[in-house]
Amino acid sequence: MRRETLLNAVIMGALLLVPLWAWVADEPFTITLATRVAILSLAGVGLNIALGLGGLVSLGHAIFFGIGGYAMGILASHAQDYSPLLESPFLIEGTKSMPVIWLVAIVTSALAALVIGALSLRTSGVYFIMITLAFGQMFFFFTISWPAYGGEDGLSIYVRNGFPGLNTLDPIQFFAICFVLLSLALFASSRISRSPFGLALTAARQSETRVLTVGIDSFRLRLVAFTISGAITGLAGALFADLNRFVSPTMFSWQTSGEIIIFVILGGVGRLFGPVAGAALFILLEHFLGGLSEFWQIYLGFLLLAVVLFARGGLIGTLAGREVAHD
Amino acid sequence: MTEPVLETRNLTKRFGALTASDGVSLDLRAGEIHALIGPNGAGKSTLIAQIAGSLAPDEGSVLFNGEDVTRLDTVARARRGLGRTFQISALAMEHTVLQNALLGAVGATGRAFRFFRPVLKDTALLARATEALARVGLQDLAARQTAELSHGQRRQLEVAVALTLKPRAFLMDEPMAGLGAGGSKRLTTFLGELRREAPILLVEHDMDAVFALADRISVLVYGRLIATGTVDEIRADREVRRAYLGEDA
Amino acid sequence: MPMSMSARCSTDRPGGCKPPGQLGRRFLMSLVLLMEQALNGLQFGIMLFLMAAGLTLIFGVMGLINLAHGSLYMVGAFAAAAVAGWSGSFLLALVASLAAAALAGTLIELLVIRRLYDRGHLDQVLATFALILIFSESTRWVFGSFPLYLQVPAALAGPITLPGGIQYPVYRLLIIAVGLAVAAGLFLLISRTRIGIRIRAGENDREMIAALGVDISRLYTLVFALGAALAGLAGALVGAIQSVQVGMGEPVLILALVVIVIGGIGSIKGALVGALLVGLTDTLGGFLLPVLFGAFLEPSAAASVGSALASMLIYILMAGVLIFRPTGLYGAGT
Repeated sequence: MRRETLLNAVIMGALLLVPLWAWVADEPFTITLATRVAILSLAGVGLNIALGLGGLVSLGHAIFFGIGGYAMGILASHAQDYSPLLESPFLIEGTKSMPVIWLVAIVTSALAALVIGALSLRTSGVYFIMITLAFGQMFFFFTISWPAYGGEDGLSIYVRNGFPGLNTLDPIQFFAICFVLLSLALFASSRISRSPFGLALTAARQSETRVLTVGIDSFRLRLVAFTISGAITGLAGALFADLNRFVSPTMFSWQTSGEIIIFVILGGVGRLFGPVAGAALFILLEHFLGGLSEFWQIYLGFLLLAVVLFARGGLIGTLAGREVAHD
Repeated sequence: MTEPVLETRNLTKRFGALTASDGVSLDLRAGEIHALIGPNGAGKSTLIAQIAGSLAPDEGSVLFNGEDVTRLDTVARARRGLGRTFQISALAMEHTVLQNALLGAVGATGRAFRFFRPVLKDTALLARATEALARVGLQDLAARQTAELSHGQRRQLEVAVALTLKPRAFLMDEPMAGLGAGGSKRLTTFLGELRREAPILLVEHDMDAVFALADRISVLVYGRLIATGTVDEIRADREVRRAYLGEDA
Repeated sequence: MPMSMSARCSTDRPGGCKPPGQLGRRFLMSLVLLMEQALNGLQFGIMLFLMAAGLTLIFGVMGLINLAHGSLYMVGAFAAAAVAGWSGSFLLALVASLAAAALAGTLIELLVIRRLYDRGHLDQVLATFALILIFSESTRWVFGSFPLYLQVPAALAGPITLPGGIQYPVYRLLIIAVGLAVAAGLFLLISRTRIGIRIRAGENDREMIAALGVDISRLYTLVFALGAALAGLAGALVGAIQSVQVGMGEPVLILALVVIVIGGIGSIKGALVGALLVGLTDTLGGFLLPVLFGAFLEPSAAASVGSALASMLIYILMAGVLIFRPTGLYGAGT
């Protein structure tokens, strides 16, 4: 077995076993931490398709995280107030059903990614970074100044949304939902990276000319990748909002975009399980260093700097060596 | 006479005061190798770029299989069967040799938007890619990372990727460069046979190869085509001798 | 949005939301208010130029995208606030802001930034994002989370009456003057001096000027320190009209990035045009849009739609520019 495969198994095993242990030991807070890891990993898995495979440095993925969050917030707030979302031309009611919310989150963030991608992918390099950042700021300021859904204060949901047959208020059951969704996304991501599409996308990152000369439209490749990427990050946003029972414009902030990139980078860019390793490391640092010092982000800053300057493969790259990750 | 496979008519491209292509009209006929030669800075790369579709001409047109493709981009021309190799290798360096060949197969079969089935499990793609690699003699290096290939092997891979497209015409920009004597000879033999599958527009500095291979030669000087003809005609052409040798013959 | 000085409908301003009087008088008042807002926009734009000039120079010469530029702005503001508190001199505070930011800039250039010149944009974004974390949290550690205040000297604190009866703060006019002077100085530096020639040469061809024997790494440190000093000065100048606090740099950084992207990365002229465009669009948009929507929406809806749209306006502007000119107004082709 390759070392990376082994490491991936260890990471996923730990992510599954720690909350199970916490469940037996009655430590709900640990389960919540693990749930956070699973959800943030999912956001990273989404970004990794654009960033890791496509080489698209999006500093605007908070848009999709936020759209997913607000999809949940808006639907659930209408449901808890018993006020319809829309009365004419046809009636749309709010909902407290997770599957419906997920579907809405995925579809709306995919649509947003399609439009934003179609506009942004006309540029490249640093301009692409900046235009995605600008779109993120648009959403951020829009939610701050739009009073209908809480404006700057955000929206609170009193009771977590439901999933048929499960008690989502039980931390371990909600964790299970998130873990299953993460696993599905990882499976999909692994299939995509080995598919003809994945091959073409990664090749376009290395040599756009090559892809064009074999008759593949690199713009379309990237647009599709960006859309899939946004959809997955959007799903993570809906789950994140459900975990906190709260959404606010912070989900759209550029720091959120930066953090999602950090998950991917800390873990190892382009590595299938990189976002999981990175998000786990991030949450562990936040938890333990945050307990030691109020200023734990100084250490995070130095760690990130060290990874960028000296350990470019991230956690997985450092532990598993420089094998070719995508075969 | 049959219609040429590839044809440029009065192709003109200016960069400011410089006219990089000056009313170039040339054609590539079925079964031939047509070599394009000229001193450095003659505008060969500019011309190739316009034929391939990566650069839009100011005037004139490009016809491929009788169709006016002047307004089509690189992707569309590749899909119509224009296979191109580059002077400076354009390959996915982090990928393996096989993956690069597979990329060509993916493009040729229009399967780039398949998301689920691993590319290595698609036997049709694999067959196409391995066949192309075998034809250029790279089959044993299939699992090697492209960045580890020598300069010459990269050239071979460029040709292999173009082969996966099963093109109707080849556009080759200095495929011999950096090959060394042995490699150059092998590729010469190979291209000699390849012309029967599809004609080749060959830009090449290696004059031995050009004179050994070419059915016809066109000479480009300062963006202008000064002569087109058989090897013997070009050898005897006074204007060519003057441009190349500075002779006042 | 800390740096936005867009006055919404405020009652403590001359010509704010007064009850409607005679039509002509109202029109005149609106005109005065509009002029005032235009001046605010100009002042805001000039401030953005001080930030954007450094950013665009650093990108143009070294090819580096520096997110930590906002941290240097913050360093300048804190240095100014600290020195002003200790010495009571505003002038000394400004000098301190220049010196501290230049020093911090030199330091990070030597330790971190120069390792990034040959890296991709992703590495640059991440490493400078890490620097933001380090700068912000260290500053919070030293100065605490509460904002500091930097007093405008008494002589500059009052308003002055401009032609047309517009009352406008002297200090803000001074900011405009300082900014214009810096802009002129920069253009002279780039076009007339030897360093400027080297900077321009460095933009065009790194190896060439290295071959000509110019110490390229010293030139880079110098350019970076210059950009840092300008950011620090901007921080100190703005610190006196707002509070000085951790996190003040990032909103400005993002606006400055918007500016240089609109102007075309690497172009000082583009930075100036972009900065004024962004400053005026943001300020006038915040003022005019609610009024505009008021014409066909009920007042509360007009205010919320107007201000929501106004807050997005410059990003819409930037996206629009990039969609039609993917390398900005004065950018070189990719």
